[in-house]
Amino acid sequence: MTDTTPRLSARQIARRRRSVAWRRNWKLFRGHRSGLIGLVILGVFVAIALAAPLLADADGLKVTKATGGVLEAPSSEFWLGTDENGRSVLTMLIWGARISLFVGLLATAISMVIGTIVGLVSGFFEGWTARLLYRLTEWFLVIPFLPLAIILAVVLGRSLVNIAIVIGVTSWPATALLIRSQTLSIKERPYLERARLLGAGRWHRMTRHVLPNVMPMVFANTTLTVAVAILSETTLSFLGLGDPTRISWGSMLEGAFGVGAMTTGSWWYMVPPGICVVLVVLAFTLIGQALEEIFNPRLRSR
Amino acid sequence: MSDAPLLEAVGVGVQFTTRTGTVATALDGVDVEVRQGEILALVGESGSGKTTLARTLVGVQRPTSGEVRYEGEALSYSGRAMKALCHEVQMVLQDAAGSLNPRQTVYESVAEGLRIQRRVAEDPEGRTEPELVAAALAEAGLRPPERIFLRYPHELSGGQKQRVLIAGALALRPRLLVADEPVSSLDASIRGEILALLLNLRESLGLGIVVVTHDVGLAWNIADRIAVMYLGRVVECGTTEEVLERPRHPYTQALLSVVPEIEELTPVVLKGEVPDPTRIPGGCRFHPRCPALADGTAAEAGIAESCRTTALPVLAATGDHRVACHLAAEQES
Amino acid sequence: MAELLELHDLCVSYQTSEGRLPAVRGVDLVVRAGEVVGIAGESGCGKSTLASTVLRLQPKDAVVEGEVLVAGRDVQTMEWGELRALRWAEAAIVFQGALHSLNPVRRVETQIAEPVRLHEPELSSAAVSARVGELLEQVGLPAARSRVYPHQLSGGQRQRVMIAMALACRPQLIVADEPTTALDVMVQAQILDLMSGLVKDLGVGLLIISHDLSVLADVCDRVAVMYAGRVIELGSAEQVFTSPVHPYAQALSRAFPRVGDVAARYAPAGLGGDPPDPHELPPGCTFAPRCARVIDACTEEEPPLLEVGGRQAACIRAGES
Repeated sequence: MTDTTPRLSARQIARRRRSVAWRRNWKLFRGHRSGLIGLVILGVFVAIALAAPLLADADGLKVTKATGGVLEAPSSEFWLGTDENGRSVLTMLIWGARISLFVGLLATAISMVIGTIVGLVSGFFEGWTARLLYRLTEWFLVIPFLPLAIILAVVLGRSLVNIAIVIGVTSWPATALLIRSQTLSIKERPYLERARLLGAGRWHRMTRHVLPNVMPMVFANTTLTVAVAILSETTLSFLGLGDPTRISWGSMLEGAFGVGAMTTGSWWYMVPPGICVVLVVLAFTLIGQALEEIFNPRLRSR
Repeated sequence: MSDAPLLEAVGVGVQFTTRTGTVATALDGVDVEVRQGEILALVGESGSGKTTLARTLVGVQRPTSGEVRYEGEALSYSGRAMKALCHEVQMVLQDAAGSLNPRQTVYESVAEGLRIQRRVAEDPEGRTEPELVAAALAEAGLRPPERIFLRYPHELSGGQKQRVLIAGALALRPRLLVADEPVSSLDASIRGEILALLLNLRESLGLGIVVVTHDVGLAWNIADRIAVMYLGRVVECGTTEEVLERPRHPYTQALLSVVPEIEELTPVVLKGEVPDPTRIPGGCRFHPRCPALADGTAAEAGIAESCRTTALPVLAATGDHRVACHLAAEQES
Repeated sequence: MAELLELHDLCVSYQTSEGRLPAVRGVDLVVRAGEVVGIAGESGCGKSTLASTVLRLQPKDAVVEGEVLVAGRDVQTMEWGELRALRWAEAAIVFQGALHSLNPVRRVETQIAEPVRLHEPELSSAAVSARVGELLEQVGLPAARSRVYPHQLSGGQRQRVMIAMALACRPQLIVADEPTTALDVMVQAQILDLMSGLVKDLGVGLLIISHDLSVLADVCDRVAVMYAGRVIELGSAEQVFTSPVHPYAQALSRAFPRVGDVAARYAPAGLGGDPPDPHELPPGCTFAPRCARVIDACTEEEPPLLEVGGRQAACIRAGES
């Protein structure tokens, strides 16, 4: 061993590895035009959501403070016209971004946590716990989403967090199944056996070897799950199960439908939230697909 | 080399029950022993049970009959005893490429054993973790070790991967190393280096080594003693010179005859393939394919019936050249 | 004897984002009817790429220069229809990794019958079955084993099925790419016996590619050793295996010690270093960085194949003792 090379501590080595990995993944991601487009679109919406107080007056959401006429067409004062209460549609759209994104992300977080734990445990362990969890996953998967979501929403009550819970609880099985199958295949790999030979217990093997190798695919799947979650939130709000005190894109669609925006020709009430949902879902899907290609080398086009 | 065996298998048997209920006998009564500083080669084809035996010796596989003894004491399979055994006996697996976690750098792969076993605190020389990892990599022939710390497995060549695995095993300072097909996935020109490394480790660290291989040439290169296995039993064992230059079991003789490096022996190509471990032939398990039985030599010696019906005793593991064969026994007397 | 395969100055390179990557750099080889020729080399030497060009099966991003003549016709410039007729009926390939080359959801007999049906569509079902039976007999598989699925066969049996498929349309030339890798020693011997038997009985020409020099030594008439895309030694199997003159071929041969050779006891012979990176081939002789007998002249120019003691070797010091 030479003495001229600087001796690194274990932590420095770990940090260096992480930064190298990040840079490499970012470089790969940059090569995906579709992924970048998705990232840009998402960035715009996140910026809008975060900067909502700067962009639009919160008072504009209150029915009592509404200044516009009923269902006014877009004008220089109200860029996207007004709703049936005279509120600016643009203001509602901007503030609605917050709700839609928030619920989508929270629901995804719930779904991922439950799905990952169930998937890992049912894939890694062998006994009756694992089998039970697997049956549970299958059972949940079979139950149709919408009826279950409606029942849960009614039971839990209408609030933002409850909607997130409903979506999370109904969408975890897909994640669990994906993680379980990944776990099953990784479990057989020789490096798991090697870990055993080095004295690693089951917990260590599961968390240090299986989980890190499962996470990349999961990460890619998460972004796709967010897309679905946002769509689900929009659906549930549209059906009237959302939080009545909050404006989200789905509730805007509900409102628009309720006043017959289609027949009266008030496109400015219905089209903008619809487009926003589509764009955000598209953004997440594009990012998710790009990530999948990065983390699953087999999908890469040669 | 001291005389008492360091690690031994006594009457070890391993059976697997498949989902359909059939019982596959991977090992059917095996006695082997390895001493400190000795290199033993387990030679056989697929289905011979050599990998199962290796895993049983290391403690990863529990035998369904018989026992494995380390330093004279039978292994207890409790969590603590198994962890302690990791310090004494280590194994390098067959698939070098798959044995390294693709998301771990070389440093982390080698340090893993140290971290699990919390070895850094116990190091008598008070070295830090990076120093221990560097020392292990250097012992495995990767110099300078620091340059390879941050590499990932896919950036390494086959030979380097194998060395990293060996380093990972050495980091725990075992007294015995079990290597399962250490060079079969490597290019021919790299084989010599890895084998030379194993010999070197025996010299410098006094390691005992068990090499599992299908390649008799490899055994000739580095092994002191050989145990030839067929369908779960040792059929011939002794020193390398005895077994490979003067083989007495028809299976060993056939195996050596088809190895292209030996021109003197006429090739005896056995018919058929190794039988299913769920249906082990009665009597001598080799008798359906035995050329000596087929061509009448056994009948002439009058033991053809025994070949078909009488099972052979388990070969003892001690040093002299022993053969599990009715014909050989007959010729001896 | 008819020349079944002729490679004239074959060069194959891969078109990558970083430019052209050379895989095969000027190989000349001839395989005649009734002859078994072997190509030995390690990973990355270009032998598999070479094998793929015989039936124009190389990947799309591979650029081929030089001639690949099968029965006198250039495979690389043929019309598509002519190529289809040639594939399997005049030349066939036995692939490596038989487990993955067989369709797991179709019965073995269907898969063997497939090339027969494709090339001779006028045959009746009975005639096709008869042909399949004939092929199975040729490769030593009992007819009863043909109605099973690939996963029910052992490794050796699957390889026999691959050989039967290759023989289906009575080709003149067979290329076997690593036919015995992953097989047990005894099964390996059986397959090699089978292949040399077929060469004798059917008079076909056989080109075997393997990383295992000892496998080739047994069954081939002539052996070519490849390194970094070129043939660096070419001679009879006996010569190349027992007394090679090129330092790399010598190292390769030493890697398989002779049992009984006292000098090899506790003395495994290895070769240091790694094969050259095709992106950056060393100047002059590509083996020079790893060669024990390198001199200055070696790095100036890449040596051509020189006649030395009845065989050819690409080493300027090959003639010296």
